[in-house]
Amino acid sequence: MNVRTKDKVATCMFWLGAGCVVVLLAALLGYIVIRGFHAIDLAFLLGEPETRRAGGGIGPNIFNSFYLLFLSMALTVPLGLLGGIYLTEYARQNAFTNFIRLSIETLTSLPSIVVGLFGLLIFVSMFGLGYSLAAGALALTVINLPLMVRLAEETLRTVPDDLREGSLALGATKWQTICRVVLPCAIPGLITGIIIAAGRVFGEAAALLYTAGMTTPHLNFGQWNIFHPTSPWNPFRPGETLAVHIWKVNSEALIPDITRVADGSAAVLMLVVLGFNLLARWLARRLGRRLAGS
Amino acid sequence: MDRNRFRFGRAVRRELAGFSLSFIAALLVIVLTIAITVFISWKGLSVFFVHHVSPANIFSLDWWPDRPPEQGGPQVGILTFLVGSILTSLLAALLSAPLGITVAVFMTEISPHLGRRILQPVIELLAGIPSVVYGYIGLSVLVPFIRENLGGTGFSLLAGVLVLAVMILPTIASVSTDALRALPRSLKEAAYALGATRWQTIRLILIPAARAGLLTAVVLAVARAFGEALAVQMVIGNKREIPHSILDPLITLTSGITMDMGYTVQGSLWNDTLWFMATILLAISFLFILTIRVFIGRGEAR
Amino acid sequence: MARKNGWRGLLGALLAVALAVGAGCGGGGQGPADGLSGTITVAGSTAMQPLIEEAAEKFMEKNPDVQITVQGGGSGTGLTQVMQGAVDIGNSDIFAEEKEGIDASQLKDHKVIVQAFAVVAHPDVGVDSLTKQQIQDIFTGKIKNWKDVGGRDQKIFVVNRPKGSGTRSTFKKHVMDGKEEARGDAEQDSNGTVHKIVSETPGAISYLAIAYCDEKVKTIKIDGAAPTERDIAAGKYPFWSYGHMYTRGEPTPLVKAFIDFVLSDEVQQGIVKEMYYFPVTGMQIERRP
Repeated sequence: MNVRTKDKVATCMFWLGAGCVVVLLAALLGYIVIRGFHAIDLAFLLGEPETRRAGGGIGPNIFNSFYLLFLSMALTVPLGLLGGIYLTEYARQNAFTNFIRLSIETLTSLPSIVVGLFGLLIFVSMFGLGYSLAAGALALTVINLPLMVRLAEETLRTVPDDLREGSLALGATKWQTICRVVLPCAIPGLITGIIIAAGRVFGEAAALLYTAGMTTPHLNFGQWNIFHPTSPWNPFRPGETLAVHIWKVNSEALIPDITRVADGSAAVLMLVVLGFNLLARWLARRLGRRLAGS
Repeated sequence: MDRNRFRFGRAVRRELAGFSLSFIAALLVIVLTIAITVFISWKGLSVFFVHHVSPANIFSLDWWPDRPPEQGGPQVGILTFLVGSILTSLLAALLSAPLGITVAVFMTEISPHLGRRILQPVIELLAGIPSVVYGYIGLSVLVPFIRENLGGTGFSLLAGVLVLAVMILPTIASVSTDALRALPRSLKEAAYALGATRWQTIRLILIPAARAGLLTAVVLAVARAFGEALAVQMVIGNKREIPHSILDPLITLTSGITMDMGYTVQGSLWNDTLWFMATILLAISFLFILTIRVFIGRGEAR
Repeated sequence: MARKNGWRGLLGALLAVALAVGAGCGGGGQGPADGLSGTITVAGSTAMQPLIEEAAEKFMEKNPDVQITVQGGGSGTGLTQVMQGAVDIGNSDIFAEEKEGIDASQLKDHKVIVQAFAVVAHPDVGVDSLTKQQIQDIFTGKIKNWKDVGGRDQKIFVVNRPKGSGTRSTFKKHVMDGKEEARGDAEQDSNGTVHKIVSETPGAISYLAIAYCDEKVKTIKIDGAAPTERDIAAGKYPFWSYGHMYTRGEPTPLVKAFIDFVLSDEVQQGIVKEMYYFPVTGMQIERRP
């Protein structure tokens, strides 16, 4: 076989490999969505889960997932942004900065079950939060913070230095420059990154088993006192998210329609994550265009 | 004049506040890392300090945590779990690395246009699929398929490896792509100028040049596979024994922890052994970070 | 500047509204002063959780000022948390005395239900009753083929349950008489998965909570006794355990009222039976740790 034929064969192989991955994704998505399609209707999306009869829904679980996402993002985004600002704008090349980077790498590669156990030890037991959304949100923050810092750093670095210098030359302080010049420029990138990160957090389960818990109290959406145990907004109540629900239904459920509930939940989870991704893409394109236009 | 001074003072205060806030946020990352390390190992190492288990015992195959002392128990050897984790994650990386690197080469060398337009989003979406969904597909497709066509219960090393291989594919592909993109253009141009074919350039020039980055990709993927809990737990059968074939069930550190954590009582030997398993997971992820740092250091030195 | 103040104003207004609404609802929720009020937290056994949740809901309907939170976490977690005082009631599938690391003398046991389990096999094994001795021989690996116990010529496929689960401890104590099982051909944690494996794998044998026993698996009688309320209450069928609600020391009046409610006929003859448990109140024998 001469070199030209070999080259052709190799090219075919690369196309094949790439094709495989596309087919794989299509198959996974197709499988989940098609199987889940039959399970999903309004009663399923809004209904309460059943413990032993057929016909349960996943309404509270969807709510818990979104609310937990909101709680953890409310912590992660400001903290991550500030961390990123420190690394791009203030940090010098020294041992301390190096240590921060090492910590970020370590936190990123921690297995989420380890973070869950840490949450159990510190947030659930030591802080006395019990199995609660608050404990879950803190655990998710631990997982998400390093990613957020890195995202913020990378995005802020794309802002050209000319802008910073210009602003400083006009007499603005460093912090003013950061708030009025650097951050506005970085916003499209930040928003896109945050939404993609949100998608990841939405599907997390292992870290939540021992923090947010595997139960949801009977929620009363008319209860607006957020410290009331049945209030959906109470951050100190336990809450089983959609991802945890899929795991629990498959491992220990008395309901006769396990397959239906699991199929439907997986499809909803998948569609939401897909939605986050598409939204991020769409926003990135739109915001990018507007910025370029202005 | 007065007003100006007032403004100046406020700007300075804001400047200070901004700096301190961002410094604290950065410090928090360090504090968290240290806190996790300290608390998890403090719980985990109590198997030695509180329960006085010898290191030889804990790294043995004897897992009888519920046997009374008169029958030679309790024994808390975690070797079975450790071997299970190593087997699944290494085999998954072995399966996934060639495909991942193929995709990376495709995206950088064969068709950057299609790579950006189609493969990049595909890989991002694959990375975005929640692990329980992977586990659920494994449970409802892969496990019955293996049971009907290859034998056994279907809950097997093979099922775990396949699920993990798909899960870590995006990591390998995207990190490898970054590594290949970072190569200077001159390398490729020089190779083509010498009359090398594209395949020769890729095989003899680009892949060796990006070796450090590609290895980093594989190590990161192994790290991810090693720490994955629920997807694996759903498909491997969780039998506490070292598998003899790829169709045998097995157990990993992560699934050992998730299965027994709720059943056991805090402070008991059994429970602390689970924390020790978590400490091992932690130590191994440190090891991976260290390995990657060494790779990158060497890559830069070249 | 003006814009900033506007923001602050808006935020203040929002807060004020939220507080007002919260206070309004809180005030409206308060019922008559007589009757029970307060909160109870329960944690522990995942198997008991659905039952206790349902009982709690009924109890709260009757006593609108009582709030009961039921969490899972497993028997070990339940016992740990009730010991630490983190919860009022810890649910457990097994006696606290049988859990390593628990000082059972500090805890008060309230036995509230009887949970029965059954040895189950693949429907085609051709056997529907085994003696205890035969079951022990199968699970210790002495008997390897169904024909040795009067069934078809089919290799036995043993599915074990993980150590630590209440089901396994009950099996070991009351069916295996404390004998150590061989490692088996597979080990599964969840009832759902075990049911799936046993119904689909020829020659499979395992054991399940009776809620999971249906026509897809064959329920095997033990020494001729079936997992029915009558056989269990008479002490003929060995494979069952209590569901316990543990309190630390004597329960407070409120907690006691809830436990008494779980023991009342309304719950025992109602949801307990609906959920495939048996009333503890009808037992003619009693087990001790």
